[in-house]
Amino acid sequence: MESKMAIDTRGIYYRDLNERIRETVRNGTTEVELLNVSGQRYIGTALAGDLEITINGVAGQDTAAFMCGPKMRINGNAQDGLANTMDKGEVYCTGMSGDVLGYAMRGGQVHVLGDVGYRAGIHMKAYKDKLPTIVIGGRAGDFLGEYMAGGIIILLGLFGAESSAPIAGRCLGTGIHGGTIFVRGQIPEYQLADNLLVQEADAEDLKLIEGFVDNFCREFGKDKSEIMDSSFLRIRPRLLRPYGNMYVPN
Amino acid sequence: MQMPSADYDFQKDISGCGLFGVINRHKNRFSGRMAIDAIAVQRERGNGMGGGFAAYGIYPEMADKYALHLMCDNKHALDRAEEIIKRHFEIYLSEAIPVRKIPAVGESPVLWRFFVLPREDRPCWTDISENDYVVRVVMEVNKSAAGAYIFSSGKNMGAFKGVGFPEDIGEFFRLDEYEGYIWTAHNRFPTNTPGWWGGAHPFTILDWSIVHNGEISSYGINKRYLCQHNYECTLMTDTEVVAYLLDMFIRKHGMSKDMAAKVFAPPFWEEIDRMDREEKEAFTALRMVYGSGMLNGPFAVLFADAHGLVGLNDRIKLRPLIVAEKGDQVYMASEDCSIRNACPDPEHLWAPKAGEPVIAEVFS
Repeated sequence: MESKMAIDTRGIYYRDLNERIRETVRNGTTEVELLNVSGQRYIGTALAGDLEITINGVAGQDTAAFMCGPKMRINGNAQDGLANTMDKGEVYCTGMSGDVLGYAMRGGQVHVLGDVGYRAGIHMKAYKDKLPTIVIGGRAGDFLGEYMAGGIIILLGLFGAESSAPIAGRCLGTGIHGGTIFVRGQIPEYQLADNLLVQEADAEDLKLIEGFVDNFCREFGKDKSEIMDSSFLRIRPRLLRPYGNMYVPN
Repeated sequence: MQMPSADYDFQKDISGCGLFGVINRHKNRFSGRMAIDAIAVQRERGNGMGGGFAAYGIYPEMADKYALHLMCDNKHALDRAEEIIKRHFEIYLSEAIPVRKIPAVGESPVLWRFFVLPREDRPCWTDISENDYVVRVVMEVNKSAAGAYIFSSGKNMGAFKGVGFPEDIGEFFRLDEYEGYIWTAHNRFPTNTPGWWGGAHPFTILDWSIVHNGEISSYGINKRYLCQHNYECTLMTDTEVVAYLLDMFIRKHGMSKDMAAKVFAPPFWEEIDRMDREEKEAFTALRMVYGSGMLNGPFAVLFADAHGLVGLNDRIKLRPLIVAEKGDQVYMASEDCSIRNACPDPEHLWAPKAGEPVIAEVFS
């Protein structure tokens, strides 16, 4: 078996395609390139190990769900649920992504060059050395980091579609109780609810951000100095149990 | 029974409805093939319990007549409906809706169409407008002709729908043989209401049509509100209310499409608080007067009339919607890949913001 394989996915039903990818990997292929992808779902789901997967076209719902290790590049847009509960590895998407990006993500990195939809980073969580990270080159929709429990979201607001929309939408960090959201530049005051502790990112934060931005720039061919030539806001939850008193007052 | 070739055809799948719509803003007409193929890409979003299409510009030789599409349990039900129709309308053409029998679409109701105009000597409702009169007769048939439903009643447009996957319903109704300048398509995954022929999308009244992905939790209040305005819901699916609300808000109350969208998905009070005085007053009034017309729950909808196509999400974006543009065509769909099936290289493609309608009108 060759270590590289290309599959023309045109007209292949998603289950058959995913079965074929898994079989290819079982047989020792470590680099899989998919051509003409048209919304087939669950590509790369739970694939583990040191693999490279390239998707050319539109990646369907829940691409890279539960993925544990591979490096995936999506040349195009991703639909909803990219990196759902992803565990380990890297995803680079050169287009925009749909809603619930990185839902309950628990490890690895996801980089999206353009805009992302609503509820990016919802329920993300970190544990010991697992630090899931989402880097967003464009803008984010409402509910960024909703119920976030851990991990890092870095929002750049630089490479999205032309728009008058603010860098992040309504209800930023609603119910957040762990993790950190970094925003390049400023955010309108009214978007920052009382549950958020908003501070200027310090030198240590910037070093952390820079590490992820390095990857972003390497994969997308962007200039790091331009991205880092700005202040960043650091947004964290004020309380670790924001709803502790909701039903049973203490 | 025939074993399906793949075992997953037997398994339960979790999904949501799928939408596709396209408009040529110069009113250049094209075959339904594009909509059939584009909705087929979203097959996973449905479960074979409903598919349908609305098409505008398909009856140019009968453009001035109301095209009534009927589905009836049997010939007797059709007779009962025809009796009511004859009493109120002059019938110019009466014929079976042409279908192509295919194995994927099971037993179908009796499908019939009448091209009509209101009689000069109306038997009743003599002092209301022609459009109101048509609405009344549609409601009358759907309510009192047992087993018969008028599921399309506009001019130079038509809805085609049934139980099956949309690509099969499209073949069944021979939609590749029709040409229209607006097409919408729906792939249904019924959750709360039965998967029956009448419950498939689109829902229509006059030349309004609507396809919907989601759930209208406010169905109860919307239905009671409509009932006070002589619109009666008979099709057992939440989406039906939207067709009648559109007719009431836009045709009868003179709202713009944008304003109707703001009734369906109004700004939050906290957003209204930040508006300048004039806007604040307008939106406050709109929410107060039309609160019963607000749609609660998750939705992405496409609605159309002879003049254009509109896409709208609920205000917290609980369902997907993508819009793209190329030349004089605008595309809207639940999934990016569906649009690219119809138009591989759009000039712009974006995900509209929650509650912000995308309105694509024909050039006047």
